[in-house]
Amino acid sequence: MLNAVLRKSFSKSACRRFASSTSLSSENHYDIIVAGGGMVGSTLACTLSKNPILSNRKILLLEASKEFNWKPTEKYSNRVVALNPNTRKLFEKIGFWKHIENVRYSPVCKIQAWDALSESMISFDSNNHVDEVAYIVENSLILYAANIENQSLHNLNIINDAKIKSCNLAIHEDEEIQVELENGASYTCELLLGCDGVNSKVREAMGVQYVGWNYKQMGLVATLNLSEDTEENRIAWQRYIPTGTIALLPLNTKQSSLVWCNTNENIKQLLKLSPEQFVDELNSALWKQYEKNDIVNQATKCLGSILKTLDAPANIMQQLPPSICSIEESSRAAFPLGFGHAANYIRKGVALVGDAAHRVHPLGGQGVNLGFGDICSLDEILGNAAYSGRKLNNLLDLRKYETARQRHNVPTMLALDGLQKLYTTDFTPVVLLRSLGLQLTHALTPVKRAIIEQASH
Amino acid sequence: MLKTVEKLIIKWKSILPNSLRSLATTTTIDERELKNFEKHSESWWDQSNEGNALHSMNFLRVPFIRDGLIDTCLVNEKYRDTAVPLTGLKILDVGCGGGYLSEPLARLGGEVVGIDASNNLVTIAREHAGKDKTLNNLTYMVSSIEDFSSKNLEIFDAVVASEVIEHVNDQSRFVNECVKCLKPDGSIFLTTINKTFLSKLFAICVAETMGIVPVGTHEYDKFIEPHILQRMLEDSNCCTRIIHGMFYNYLTNNWSWVSDTSICYATHAVKVSS
Ligand SMILES: Cc1cc2nc3c(=O)[nH]c(=O)nc-3n(C[C@H](O)[C@H](O)[C@H](O)COP(=O)(O)OP(=O)(O)OC[C@H]3O[C@@H](n4cnc5c(N)ncnc54)[C@H](O)[C@@H]3O)c2cc1C
Ligand SMILES: C[S@@+](CC[C@H](N)C(=O)[O-])C[C@H]1O[C@@H](n2cnc3c(N)ncnc32)[C@H](O)[C@@H]1O
Repeated sequence: MLNAVLRKSFSKSACRRFASSTSLSSENHYDIIVAGGGMVGSTLACTLSKNPILSNRKILLLEASKEFNWKPTEKYSNRVVALNPNTRKLFEKIGFWKHIENVRYSPVCKIQAWDALSESMISFDSNNHVDEVAYIVENSLILYAANIENQSLHNLNIINDAKIKSCNLAIHEDEEIQVELENGASYTCELLLGCDGVNSKVREAMGVQYVGWNYKQMGLVATLNLSEDTEENRIAWQRYIPTGTIALLPLNTKQSSLVWCNTNENIKQLLKLSPEQFVDELNSALWKQYEKNDIVNQATKCLGSILKTLDAPANIMQQLPPSICSIEESSRAAFPLGFGHAANYIRKGVALVGDAAHRVHPLGGQGVNLGFGDICSLDEILGNAAYSGRKLNNLLDLRKYETARQRHNVPTMLALDGLQKLYTTDFTPVVLLRSLGLQLTHALTPVKRAIIEQASH
Repeated sequence: MLKTVEKLIIKWKSILPNSLRSLATTTTIDERELKNFEKHSESWWDQSNEGNALHSMNFLRVPFIRDGLIDTCLVNEKYRDTAVPLTGLKILDVGCGGGYLSEPLARLGGEVVGIDASNNLVTIAREHAGKDKTLNNLTYMVSSIEDFSSKNLEIFDAVVASEVIEHVNDQSRFVNECVKCLKPDGSIFLTTINKTFLSKLFAICVAETMGIVPVGTHEYDKFIEPHILQRMLEDSNCCTRIIHGMFYNYLTNNWSWVSDTSICYATHAVKVSS
């Protein structure tokens, strides 16, 4: 009798590979729903669909905006991100990088930061300019690459114009999660991944505690034309000024991208200026000799000489930042800046990824890299779960993801938040400390290496 | 000449003790144990049970079984790196209980049959598996191993008995009946508890007071040393490949492999083809 049972179920097993996509009653049921198709969501959907262990899973990507049909043009987009080497590795693995390479990206060999109130300077480079520490890529180009790759995946379904209204999370083990759209459509899944950004609906449905604050600052972005056509534009510049920070990210030998963080009022003013006036303001902010504080200067000089006797590289040859001659037409735009962190990234059958879980100040160019780090971790953990026969909504696996990522994200975020607070003051003891801090970090290679390493995961 | 004598001896070894045994006891089922399991049967798949030790042991034993079958080349290359590496393999889960282990093995593509002496537990296992519509390659039956093996000689590629042998009567017969269901070159996987001072301390005293297992779950006399189990496997014509120690961290609900086998251990043996 058993033999008969065995034989019967045996023939069924041939279809088992696609069992999940065929045997489930409703065609609106998916193994995984990715909520939000920004940079993180699109990349996550692609990564999971391409994981050979998960290739028999049906995945749905829901994105509120219209279909993405941006094509690369000669003109740079004003939104760019600094990707770290680990993100590049991920992009190579899932096939994004070849599309990016075919269009354009700009490698960064060195990140040079300097404080306007003292002479201290810090530079992050890996093994003296040999390796690249970051890659400047336009946000739209990442989405463009994701779009090409995602089109060809048979197990991934993408729905645009799909704004999520509410999520009904499973309370009981076998209850499915239900996602309802503004347009009335509804879908169910075993695992819901919230990649729907800072104001995440998924996070709201989870009811997790969320710590957040506004910096009362905005980030102004623009594409800049440099005065001199430099032979090489491989340095990312970051200047700390009393009202915020200015970052210049290289695009090519003639252009850089600007991220200027400043108070809300100042940014509003800056947006109103004519392009010429704006360039003047920017150059003066970059070059202005702020009244340097004597005590601070004395102290840093003194530390410099001590470091010299210790044979540490005290004063680096001061390379000069580029000066700006004009901005690309209508490339100016501004975004509010804030800090936010969800106390929990997971619940049974749900996980938050990217900005939905954590939002940082763009100071270290880390924002989206943290999200891509989340993706790598989740991909590995879900792959392992499936290869061990566990369901994808297993709480023990999701908890592993949460632990691994919080262990990395929280220190990075606190460091960035601390840096931002540290650099928006001109109160002398703080300036003193931070300039000494900069000098010391510059001199102490292991400390810098640790910072770079933390930043590149 | 010498070889044939050896073969004869092996043959006698496997036949003789068996017939003697069936005279001595008629079943491997220990009624007292069975009642104990049935007492706690309802709570088997409770949500809160997701954190229990048997459940989280899957993090070790499923990969142990999967990789054991890959290493002994039973897994088809074609499926090895997919979500269903056990496709095409017939697996028997002896003493399956509520199906904690049968389900993941079936999810990995195996043709799984779970048997258990307890009617209650099999009902619960069936009900639970029924909720996952992808589990159409999993069958459960109420049966003792000896009843089952007599009708299913050399059918299975793998036989699994996890946390069962310490609950049965006549352990060497139990091993022998399990092995009967195996095809030659098939694999048997067992996990159980060692018979040491430490295991008595942890598996009975600590585990019961901390509520990791219900009172009366384990009986020290039925614990079994790895070398004794290895001998039983040899007597049933199996060659032991691996014995690994397992350690349970109660605070984190995590299992890990350790070299020390003095509390819990897992073993993998292969049936020698005659
Ligand atoms: C001025 C500025 C400069 C920055 N510079 C850098 C930098 O240099 N380097 C860096 O790494 N990061 C930088 N960041 C941060 C970076 O942009 C974010 O970390 C990144 O965009 C996060 O991606 P995400 O996919 O998680 O979220 P988002 O990009 O916010 O994507 C969320 C997606 O979800 C969709 N969505 C939202 N709600 C719903 C809904 N209800 N239903 C369906 N879909 C929904 C949205 O349409 C969107 O597509 C910067 C940010 C700012 C503001
Ligand atoms: C501790 S449980 C283990 C359950 C399962 N293997 C697991 O690890 O999740 C032991 C099970 O073995 C069963 N059992 C005990 N003696 C048996 C026998 N002789 N034949 C079949 N099943 C038996 C019990 O009913 C019980 O469900």
